[in-house]
Amino acid sequence: MVFDVPLSFLALQLFIGLQNGAFYALLSLGLAVIFGMLNVINFAHGAQYMLGAFATWLGLEYLGISYWWSLLLVPIVLGLFGILIERALLRWLYDLDHLYGLLLTFGLVLIIEGLVTDGFGSSGLPYDKPALFAGSERLALSGLTGNERDFMVVPIYRLWIIVAAVILCIATWYMIERTRLGSYLRAATENPALVRAFGVNVPLLITLTYGFGVALAGFAGVLAAGLQAITPHMGSNLIIVVFAVVVIGGMGSILGSIITSFALGLVEAITRIAYPEASNIVIFVIMILVLLTRPAGLFGREA
Amino acid sequence: MARALVASLTETAATLSLRQWLLVLAALAVLVALPFFVYPVFLMKVMCFALFACAFNLLLGFTGLLSFGHAAFFGSASYVAAHGLKVWGLTPEIAIALATLVAAALGLVFGFIAIRRQGIYFAMITLALSQMVFFAALQMPFTGGEDGIQGVPRTAFLGIFDLSSNLACYFFVMAVFVFGLFAVWRTVHSPFGQVLKAIRENEPRAVSLGYRVDHYKLTIFVISAALSGLAGGTKALVVQVASLTDVTWQMSGEVVLMTLLGGMGTVFGPAVGAFVVLTLQNYLNAFGSLVTIVIGVIFVICVLLFRRGIVGELQARLGRRPS
Repeated sequence: MVFDVPLSFLALQLFIGLQNGAFYALLSLGLAVIFGMLNVINFAHGAQYMLGAFATWLGLEYLGISYWWSLLLVPIVLGLFGILIERALLRWLYDLDHLYGLLLTFGLVLIIEGLVTDGFGSSGLPYDKPALFAGSERLALSGLTGNERDFMVVPIYRLWIIVAAVILCIATWYMIERTRLGSYLRAATENPALVRAFGVNVPLLITLTYGFGVALAGFAGVLAAGLQAITPHMGSNLIIVVFAVVVIGGMGSILGSIITSFALGLVEAITRIAYPEASNIVIFVIMILVLLTRPAGLFGREA
Repeated sequence: MARALVASLTETAATLSLRQWLLVLAALAVLVALPFFVYPVFLMKVMCFALFACAFNLLLGFTGLLSFGHAAFFGSASYVAAHGLKVWGLTPEIAIALATLVAAALGLVFGFIAIRRQGIYFAMITLALSQMVFFAALQMPFTGGEDGIQGVPRTAFLGIFDLSSNLACYFFVMAVFVFGLFAVWRTVHSPFGQVLKAIRENEPRAVSLGYRVDHYKLTIFVISAALSGLAGGTKALVVQVASLTDVTWQMSGEVVLMTLLGGMGTVFGPAVGAFVVLTLQNYLNAFGSLVTIVIGVIFVICVLLFRRGIVGELQARLGRRPS
């Protein structure tokens, strides 16, 4: 017994915390990748995540696209959508103050959420996830604690979310830190003019980066479709928390933002058990504490 | 206080040209005449939001700080004023003064935290902080949760003048509005305001000239928060409701739009922006989520093509330097 709650409950809450952290990780990763390359904070990230969930639902409802195909197709469609946005709108703003990128994408949020609300209403849509993911496994913890009655319930779908997010995060990290394409990206982040002089097509790189970031949000949206009711505002509430996560972690390091995300998911879960009233704001409180002690963020560099 | 105000007024009077004086008098005359032609409650709402946007513009337009959490000051002030009027039975001027003080205090705390980072981080931090206020408003007992505080009475001004008629209330709100705008104007056209512009144009240079930039930023943040609170508290008196809408991040975004649309860095532009946005909302509200879409489209167009805003564009066309 910890915090006067049974171990099985505690374990489940921590597990759910990790799963929330998985979403923070996927979304903050996309934000960080986009920010690094475009110097734009993509306010529309949450709306794009919501579009991912809607596209998954639409695909199944009207085209009979299964969950597995959605996992592949929805990020591609969202990525293309992102490329369109970058080519049509964002690229005009690169020479201006970075704040204009934030404002433009904020306008996009209003348009996207308004259109979706108009088309589907604001009540939640249910999504039938594959039967494989239904239910949960019972995992005995008696080996750890020595108590016969200690066990942990592992909901299969939440486990899948964590696994998928971790795989994708590691793949992204590998791509950016260890491949040739990634080295171009990092170089272009540092000094776009010089990289361009070496004959690398930097504008294309920028476009693809934005598309990739949006595709990550779309992927997170597919994962969310099987977990919760799909509503037009599911993204904007989440993205503000992710902003705080990004401020806490600092956007300098990819690995740093992944670790921060999962850690904050756990902290949130612990707060939910210990003092539920504060669970909504604990991440914001941590953000304040970090700003007071390490203004650049845990893994950040002073810009 | 009163003596300082009079001194400040006479000093201002001396600096205005005859043409500017005539403009001010004409504007005041229009304000006095308007409620006899247009529905006063709508006008009062416009004045509250106009003051809110002009106060916000002190940060965005004149200091170059984008706060994405100004709804926190507007909304919490509106809750405080509503509670004061309804539960404590305060007179409007006391309730609104209290609301302004609370907003200023909140601004001091937010500002102290947020000025540690610049640019985009500043925006994200203020947004996150205001989201805390939103959750607080949702969960605290006195705010009434999802229902908000309803049926706020319009108590008598100074305990004497009845404000329950819309016309009487209008002139009270107009006085608040004129006072608020004067405060904004005075702040901008002061040595202090000049330093703010220096920070906006080139912060490292302002630092190297010996200005304690953080003090200036914090001071203007508090002033802006206080005037936003003044607007929010007055709004509670006008619409007789304080609700969650006023503390949402959408409201923070709306005030950015009003400022952008009217003209960042112009003193009265945001007021024009507020008028346009509220008029749009008034006509489009019947069409559900259409109003959100239209506002989003205006946002995108403003950012892409129309960054000077209505008043800024007019000033540029008329060949006047932006003040």
